[in-house]
Amino acid sequence: MSAPTITADSITAVADEPVQFYDLDEHAHPEGHSTMLGFWIYLMSDCLIFAILFACFAVLGDSYAAGPAPKDLFELPLVALNTAMLLFSSITYGFAVLQMQQGKVKGTQLWLAVTGLFGLAFLGIELYEFHHLIEIGATPQRSAFLSSFFTLVGTHGLHVTFGTLWLVVLMVQLGKHGLIAANKRRVMCLSMFWHFLDVVWIGVFTIVYLMGVLR
Amino acid sequence: MITPQPAPATGPFLGKLSLDALPLHEPILVVTFIAVAIGGIAVLAAITKYRLWGWLWRDWLTTVDHKRIGIMYMILGLIMFLRGFADAIMMRLQQAMAFGGSEGYLPPHHYDQIFTAHGVIMIFFVAMPFITGLMNYIVPLQIGARDVSFPFLNNFSFWMTVSGAALTMISLFVGEYAQTGWLAYPPLSGIAYSPNVGVDYYIWGLQIAGVGTTLSGINLIVTILKLRAPGMGLMKMPVFTWTSLCANILIVASFPILTATLTLLALDRYAGTNFFTNDLGGSPMMYVNLIWIWGHPEVYILVLPLFGVYSEVTSTFSGKKLFGYTSMVYATICITILSYIVWLHHFFTMGSGASVNSFFGITTMVISIPTGAKLFNWLFTMYRGRIRFELPMMWTVAFMLTFVIGGMTGVLLAVPPADFVLHNSLFLIAHFHNVIIGGVLFGLFAAINYWWPKAFGFKLDVFWGKISFWCWVVGFWMAFMPLYILGLMGVTRRMRVFDDPSLQIWFVIAAIGAAVIAVGIAAMLIQFGVSIWRRKELADESGDPWGGRTLEWATSSPPPDYNFAFTPVIHSLDAWHDMKKRGHQRPVADFRDIHMPSNTGTGFILAAFCLVMGFALVWHIWWLVIASFVATIAYAIFHTFNYKRDFDIPAATVAAVEDVRTRHLAAGA
Amino acid sequence: MSADPHHAHAGDGPHEIEMPHASMRDYLIGFILSVILTAIPFWLVMERPLSDGATAAVIMVFAAVQIVVHMVFFLHMSPKAEGGWSITSLTFTIIIVVIMLAGSLWVMHHLNTNMMPSPHDMSQLP
Repeated sequence: MSAPTITADSITAVADEPVQFYDLDEHAHPEGHSTMLGFWIYLMSDCLIFAILFACFAVLGDSYAAGPAPKDLFELPLVALNTAMLLFSSITYGFAVLQMQQGKVKGTQLWLAVTGLFGLAFLGIELYEFHHLIEIGATPQRSAFLSSFFTLVGTHGLHVTFGTLWLVVLMVQLGKHGLIAANKRRVMCLSMFWHFLDVVWIGVFTIVYLMGVLR
Repeated sequence: MITPQPAPATGPFLGKLSLDALPLHEPILVVTFIAVAIGGIAVLAAITKYRLWGWLWRDWLTTVDHKRIGIMYMILGLIMFLRGFADAIMMRLQQAMAFGGSEGYLPPHHYDQIFTAHGVIMIFFVAMPFITGLMNYIVPLQIGARDVSFPFLNNFSFWMTVSGAALTMISLFVGEYAQTGWLAYPPLSGIAYSPNVGVDYYIWGLQIAGVGTTLSGINLIVTILKLRAPGMGLMKMPVFTWTSLCANILIVASFPILTATLTLLALDRYAGTNFFTNDLGGSPMMYVNLIWIWGHPEVYILVLPLFGVYSEVTSTFSGKKLFGYTSMVYATICITILSYIVWLHHFFTMGSGASVNSFFGITTMVISIPTGAKLFNWLFTMYRGRIRFELPMMWTVAFMLTFVIGGMTGVLLAVPPADFVLHNSLFLIAHFHNVIIGGVLFGLFAAINYWWPKAFGFKLDVFWGKISFWCWVVGFWMAFMPLYILGLMGVTRRMRVFDDPSLQIWFVIAAIGAAVIAVGIAAMLIQFGVSIWRRKELADESGDPWGGRTLEWATSSPPPDYNFAFTPVIHSLDAWHDMKKRGHQRPVADFRDIHMPSNTGTGFILAAFCLVMGFALVWHIWWLVIASFVATIAYAIFHTFNYKRDFDIPAATVAAVEDVRTRHLAAGA
Repeated sequence: MSADPHHAHAGDGPHEIEMPHASMRDYLIGFILSVILTAIPFWLVMERPLSDGATAAVIMVFAAVQIVVHMVFFLHMSPKAEGGWSITSLTFTIIIVVIMLAGSLWVMHHLNTNMMPSPHDMSQLP
């Protein structure tokens, strides 16, 4: 049997002191020490879902099937207002995180609530827009362009809806248990989720709305 | 010519579901159902008689222990494998019979469901659970961890996979399965040409299982990144852990693509959108493009972990460290990246033209370079080694011989002009069975034979193992070589009847090959049974029956709940070999409390709600869809209010368990 | 990864939960930048001071920059977060997204050109 080569590491470790093969004084990993990384990787996978929807919009976005085109449909002032709602909700979430860092439960809850209201405003405006489009006959079934438009923007809206639901649950949990480690972690995870939706929205307003109107 | 069919009527309470959905007119299905029902009742009765329900629920269904979840994944894979193989043998029989005006014994509606179900089940509910189970069991042990990073999520992922498999199995007895082929290309899978529930079963079965697969991928990535034992830098990770890491990265970076694509197909079917339809600007070709962006990485998800298995087995049974560890790692990483830029070779013939086809043809050929490097590494590991031809090593050698042929026919298919001749032919079928059986299944059998003693504390019976091995290898070659020949002669896939009588002999040979494989499967089941029966004789008290080199062999077999009483400290690659060589002292006193996650039934319950929701979606039972959706969300939120999710194993318990191990080791020494 | 075996668990630093530290300054800078980076593209498209091509290029660049701003100031991305794994996974994801988007557009463009004859060509088919 050929002996395995001794690696550089083992030589340095051998020196004089006996090699330690077991961690006799170990401490358990703190609870939730992997959660932030795990959640981030989940967001990356979610990012790929959006990427597919963007790919569909990019490929099918000019298949109007003799139906309405973005120029006929999109009202940029409304989109700008919606974007503003989401931007405001970003900074208010930031304020919630700052309050959390100072250990202020009430302040955190308050800013989370404000964030939620901006989220609801965003959803309201989006629903109004969808309703209006469907009213004038620009339904998701009308053309591949509209299918991909509604699905992309709607999926983002669905995420905001779940984010808002999560905000409510988190506010209740903060009220019940205060700023314990688990809750702080949840605030930070939702923060990632919320800001991630912002990033997706940058893509949406640029590629769907602004580029759509240009095209 | 396929013509659009009218959609069936729907009612308010049961949606499209009615008594007509039961396939009472299909004798094969009725007999199968009776057999399954009797078997199921017998199992339930046995569990009740021996009062095992409490044990089953507490120790298995609600467990968060990665080892038990791993074993349950393997059991799921095995059960589904029997179903998938039954489909295979039915197809072989049909094709061997249906000549000279004979229609065979399967009507088209049934035959088309069988080839679809065979593909879907073998990939999603056999290969995936097998590799996920293997990674779940082995990876935490190999990196010296006590469990995965998110133990509850692990349990939930498993039950979501079961839920998807269950929904697929329900389609056998309630309604029908898709008749579209395993990737359900539109427009055939669109509502116009598949108005019944088959494609809906396909979509929701895969969506539910896909959630589980993605989450388990995230879980294992984070486990490998965060929970490695002290000293185990990335380049000291065992090769199996490396290939698992890359496979899980591929899972997380590709299953969302499948989920999104199937969602769009579902929207086309349910909401009348026009992504992949023929009308109003839809593009069926976009579906083919998207599904293969997932589909090609999927191939490597399946095979990469097994490349890790072959590496571990070759090194252990050659008594040498792995040749070219570093190149093995880089080859794995190269394959991971390259697997994303080859997808178009699945549809060279769709018309993208010379420039696109050449690019993807070349990238496909390039991917064989790192794969070839791996093969040479294994050969050089064996070179001048003291090779022990135990069962795992036999499977590994069979893999090398088989996989090389499969790989070479793959390179052949990567040449676009050749692909224009061979596309959609039986040559392609022979090729991918050659790599999936020769690469994935043989590897799984090597892994099962290799790690069984670790999981259960006794080795597998060699006699029946060898019978199974020879039947499998011989059966495989008999079943698939004729398909290469038929493919070269131009026979296309998924045919139900044939005109040319000169082809029949090849199909008969293939059917005999499938029968030989069936004997191999039976021998394997007997092997498991005999080994369990003779477990006292085959017992291994040392925890290291093969002279292993990696950390999983450092603990007892089966490992205690907490895996390692003290976390090992790693100084070199092949950590356990290093510990043995340098005379490590296993600590036998001063144990401490060990912090562990608690069991929870949430995963099981959530997956059950999802199963109900999937069924309701298939049959358009809208009130039930809403009810089960609300129940899922509400229960998930309820779960987040539980903050006490772990407990301590007291030092006294640890000491008691470790003392038993100390006695065993002393008795063996 | 850390070469010293006693240096805690491989590659993940000390034994407390890592939380990115946010500051008011970061959030305000991020907010102001993103307002500017949002407002300019909207203005460009609504008022059209530039040609279409130039407008498209500018708004795409602004979007890219704004994404980076959000990543840095709101998502607290840094090469050091989570021992570098956050940025590694982000980079990998971006590579996959670029491959997928560019590849799909390229492939589908060719398929559309080759396989979907325009009505004019259709009349010339046999």
